[in-house]
Amino acid sequence: MRLLEWQGRELLARAGIPVPQGSVVRSPEESRQVAANIGGAVVLKAQVPVGGRGKAGGIRTATTPDEARRVAAELLHMELKSYPVRELLAVAAADVQAEHYLSVTLDRRRRSPVFIYSPTGGVDIEDVARAQPQKVRQVPVPVLEGLLPFRLRRLLQPAPHSLRKALAGVATKLYHMFLNYEAQLVEINPLAETEDGLLALDAKVILDDDHHPGQQFEGLREGDQDPLETEASEAGLHYVRLDGNIGIIGNGAGLVMATLDLVAQAGGQPANFLDIGGGARSDRVKTALDIVNREKKLDALLINVFGGITRCDEVAKGISEATDSLPAGLPVVVRLTGTNAAEGRDILSRSGLVPVEAMEEGAAQAVRLAKGRT
Amino acid sequence: MSILVDRNTRVVVQGITGKEGAFHTRQMTAYGTQVVAGVTPGKGGQEMDGIPVFDTVEEAVSKQEANTSIVFVPSRFALDAMVEAAEAGVSLVVCITEGIPVHDMLRAFPLVRSYGTRLIGPNCPGLISPGKAKVGIMPGDVFTPGPVGIISRSGTLTYEIAHHLSQAGLGQSTVIGIGGDPVVGSTYADLLPLLAEDAETEALVLVGEIGGTAEEEAADWIAAHLHIPVVAYIAGFSAPPGKRMGHAGAIVSGGEGTAEAKAARLEQRDIPVARTPAQVSELLEGRRR
Repeated sequence: MRLLEWQGRELLARAGIPVPQGSVVRSPEESRQVAANIGGAVVLKAQVPVGGRGKAGGIRTATTPDEARRVAAELLHMELKSYPVRELLAVAAADVQAEHYLSVTLDRRRRSPVFIYSPTGGVDIEDVARAQPQKVRQVPVPVLEGLLPFRLRRLLQPAPHSLRKALAGVATKLYHMFLNYEAQLVEINPLAETEDGLLALDAKVILDDDHHPGQQFEGLREGDQDPLETEASEAGLHYVRLDGNIGIIGNGAGLVMATLDLVAQAGGQPANFLDIGGGARSDRVKTALDIVNREKKLDALLINVFGGITRCDEVAKGISEATDSLPAGLPVVVRLTGTNAAEGRDILSRSGLVPVEAMEEGAAQAVRLAKGRT
Repeated sequence: MSILVDRNTRVVVQGITGKEGAFHTRQMTAYGTQVVAGVTPGKGGQEMDGIPVFDTVEEAVSKQEANTSIVFVPSRFALDAMVEAAEAGVSLVVCITEGIPVHDMLRAFPLVRSYGTRLIGPNCPGLISPGKAKVGIMPGDVFTPGPVGIISRSGTLTYEIAHHLSQAGLGQSTVIGIGGDPVVGSTYADLLPLLAEDAETEALVLVGEIGGTAEEEAADWIAAHLHIPVVAYIAGFSAPPGKRMGHAGAIVSGGEGTAEAKAARLEQRDIPVARTPAQVSELLEGRRR
């Protein structure tokens, strides 16, 4: 779950990390009021769950409340990287002397949290790591050890002496926030040096979708919430919307990804990723068919099932029960192999569908049929 | 030979009385795996298909000499179950459970390891040494005994590839699903040394997917240490960045974890990357000639 900046900022503030004065706004008038309260120049930042907002024109400065209202009106009409801008973060403009980078994230290889610090912030940290690797410091923190001071001393070696104590303070708070919210990433970039001390000028927070229940999560929501993705996940399905016109359904994340790749290789464009998971019964297959057909006009549908725990006859039953509700004329290609595949094929042929044996063949056929319709 | 599981493996099923646990216990037994005990807290003293059920793993180890645990308990109890099994002295814990909080895994991993126990998973299909033992949820009939080791982050995709291998007459020594989560007990790099030392394993298939850099690390290890034919397959070339593709760990973030980068490193290390699942067995036959 990736939070929008304003929610991440709120978590930083709750953790005791200084953030600039301001708040989230949803209308030009609200922006004017917040700017008037702040009483100086404000920065208005479009709240969309993608990076590179500045370059795309989603971050603007206003010097008066009236200007803030005008700029907000413009921003709230924008679409950034295909996300409509519905909220802005309006904050006091800061007098920045230097920009640092600080984050805590998962180190998959060590299976532990890891701190990343650089005295060169405000830019993409991957770029800094490539160009000046000596300026990026990574220090893992074994969770069972707790956060011992030597870890922070090592982390902050590249930092100016005068700032190390203040940075250690922010890092400690950030680490506890990482644990408390079961985060996969908490990132402050830039962490600015100002006359009044350190200030977190941006917040990128990704929480674990599988976190424990807890009060601290109340009100937090996915920045990139797709209603169809939410509905699918409530039905026990993993659905991701994509740009193409060929619907894809399969069992198992790896198999579905491989199916998308085969469709792309054959010159087609997948409309979605949909994994029905293990052991799916016919009703879950029906829901899956409903979801992929909901909002988009598909030119073909490819169903790829390797039966194991999932029985092919159950999948076939779900498909045949749903055929009536499928759009008329939609070409459907079904690949069934594995447990009860023969029974599954029988059920399908009674519904007038012809299953294929191999997924490579299925992908090629779906692409061919889709091209015949466009 | 084969690695980690064979005819001497004595399995305790944690969560044996649950729907999944009971179903797969029967499947494993039917395959020929020795399931010697089950554990469900509060149900000690019962039996499931003649298999004794205990309240604790400690009893399963002391009374039934279980040496391997397979975990089916719900995600919120999985940390407890994995550490309990390790502390009780089993040498291998295989965790099937999906949806375990990542921060639970950050604790489970060092704790299980501190008892000298190896962990496979979570969110994985388990492992199988065809013809000997299956400690997992994969359909056994897809696999045949033979010389090819497989390590994979995925389930059904592994069945797909093993199915092609079996049909081409390339049986498998041991097939291990390491799981699709960002934090897993064993990565490719942890398991490769075991397969390298296994006399029966004469070739290796590595099945990867987007997210993290485990495939790159495996490629480096293979180039430096492994002298048998290796073929790889990577899923997720068409996955958009920032989107979790089913598996919690399958996400391209900050330019890291792309299928292109993985394939490039593997090929740079002279490991061919199949473009389709069916191509894996073709490439492997070419390499073995």
